[in-house]
Amino acid sequence: MTKLKPWLSLIGIGVFAVILLAVAPSLLSTHWINNLGKYCAWAIVAVGIGLAWGRGGMLVMGQGVFFGLGAYAMAMHLTLETAGPDKIPTFMILYDPLAPIPAFWEPFRSEAFTLLAIVLFPIIVALVLGFALFKRKVKGAYFAILSQALTVALAVLISSTIRETGGDTGLSNFKYFFGFVLNDDSNKLMLYLIAAGLLIVCLLVVWQLYRSRFGELLLATRDAEERVRFLGYDPSNIKLVAYVIAAVMASVGGALFVPIVGIITPAEIGASASILMIAGVALGGRASLFGPALGAMAIGWGQSSLASSWPGGWIYILGLLFIVVTLFLPKGLSSLFGKVVSIIRRSRRDTSPPLPPSPAAASAPPAPNSVPTPEEVRT
Amino acid sequence: MDALIPPLLNGTAQGALLLLAALGLSLTFGQMGVINMAHGEFLMAGAFVAYLTQQFISASDISIPVAIPLAFLVAGLLGLLLEVSIIQWMYRRPLDTLLVTVGVSLILQQVALQIFPAQGVPVEKPRWLDGQLSILGYGWPLRQVFTIVLAGVCVAALAAWLKYTSFGRRIRATVQNRDLAETAGISTRSIDRITFFVGSGLAGVAGVAASLIGGTNSQMGAQYIIPAFLVVVAGGIGQIKGTIIAAWVVGLAMAYFADWTTGSLAQVLAFILVVAFLQVRPQGLFTVRTRGLA
Repeated sequence: MTKLKPWLSLIGIGVFAVILLAVAPSLLSTHWINNLGKYCAWAIVAVGIGLAWGRGGMLVMGQGVFFGLGAYAMAMHLTLETAGPDKIPTFMILYDPLAPIPAFWEPFRSEAFTLLAIVLFPIIVALVLGFALFKRKVKGAYFAILSQALTVALAVLISSTIRETGGDTGLSNFKYFFGFVLNDDSNKLMLYLIAAGLLIVCLLVVWQLYRSRFGELLLATRDAEERVRFLGYDPSNIKLVAYVIAAVMASVGGALFVPIVGIITPAEIGASASILMIAGVALGGRASLFGPALGAMAIGWGQSSLASSWPGGWIYILGLLFIVVTLFLPKGLSSLFGKVVSIIRRSRRDTSPPLPPSPAAASAPPAPNSVPTPEEVRT
Repeated sequence: MDALIPPLLNGTAQGALLLLAALGLSLTFGQMGVINMAHGEFLMAGAFVAYLTQQFISASDISIPVAIPLAFLVAGLLGLLLEVSIIQWMYRRPLDTLLVTVGVSLILQQVALQIFPAQGVPVEKPRWLDGQLSILGYGWPLRQVFTIVLAGVCVAALAAWLKYTSFGRRIRATVQNRDLAETAGISTRSIDRITFFVGSGLAGVAGVAASLIGGTNSQMGAQYIIPAFLVVVAGGIGQIKGTIIAAWVVGLAMAYFADWTTGSLAQVLAFILVVAFLQVRPQGLFTVRTRGLA
């Protein structure tokens, strides 16, 4: 049974891929396809959070930073592409018609550089930050607070540099996406398919990671970091790898978000946006394979449909969600499925004639996850 | 000197406000390991109490002194409510308390947004805070002096309370070794509740001070929570002296950076400073020595 399980998940990814790539485009209108693309972008971020937080135990409250890096890299390229070769973006002309374009914008004219930047920038930032923090054993709440502080800092920085980055109004009015006209239904479908395809790729990546030795080490690091250290591994390297992968996923999600939604502002990457990314993962089930992606899509749907029609209510729902899920379902909705199955099994067993108590069950040690690790006891 | 002295005054006042916001946080974080993200909203509640008090006592000279104990009480009761209803089920799951309180903070922000106008409410400054105090030939706005004095009084009161009363002794015992304190007959549960009440109440006092300096609106708590947490982290958990020094240094750093660059870049630089500092002392400025590995 345990041997079979990873393959069942693979089939699950296959079914998910068929639904996203084949069924959804044929059923949904362009408007909803675009929305679904946005949810896919968030889901990609969430898959990374699931890896770092659910499996690695690092509560990454600041994925907005990496989301923002990818999003702004893409947005700068699209702005320049819309402006045309050697032209200055319109918003800059508005503030100061004579000012030259800031030097750091220039390389983003190149398509190759932009794509490279979307992957490389988060890797560099995550490596530096992760190395600095994990090597010094900064973890738990400290790490969460610091990562959130970083995302607040980046959002503040962007909203204050209005001449260079567009400030609070952000970057928008993109017309072209790597040569394709954005305001075109078939190109929108293409964008959606790219987003959905990359989501499937990310799921496959984490699926492979979870069943690899690395995945086991990551889980072990989450549950008992010191034991892993005593076994001769360096937990900080293990965490670093997971953190960097999560950062890249967040960046890719951000980069896809921009052409699909058509605007990026500091509000999309700030503290509350980062918390929203966490919310989906917590709701779906942080340690499961599909939980983060599905949870993020559900939150994304709630955000875009309820937040405009019933803004106050949506915040209450979101707040209650955090409270209820953490209090009663720390493993998210995906654990509900397992619980229901076990309840059904138990009730079935109750109706069948009672079996003689097996000696193995009676003497079996308690489930390993019910025993608090030394770390939990200490904190 | 003109470039050095004014930021010093300004930074000290900023540091004092940060200290007020961080003091309660360091108490609850340090003792109970609870990461209360709703602390900023308790601060907000304190600020709104200052506003509401002015609706009843129109003379702002009297209303602010009345508002301070009231804000302490209201914020403290909010904290107690949170502890009894949610946090008490979450001990030994410190990271989860962070998530739960994020939810609480979202709800409290929304409640404030629905009760009070979105652009915020004006809190009138008392007339006796209008002037300036001249020190070293530089004018020091009395509002800032008031914040510093208030922070000083709160710290002194808290330190004395922790050091000389039997409550304080029990709190310190619980911080140092919860299990042993329990064995010695201390009800750590009720100690936790009192600590949470006092810690949250201090946020309310900070809110009154904040309402005199900045705007009073539903987003103000979110503004303070991250710097306050950075201060607690840099100062070392459960250590008041660490919190004091860290708050002052962060306040000064922000003021000087803001003087040299811009206010927003100052926040980024202050953040880098804290991360760099944690490289040197990952556990913060002062630590309670334990035999734990972490």
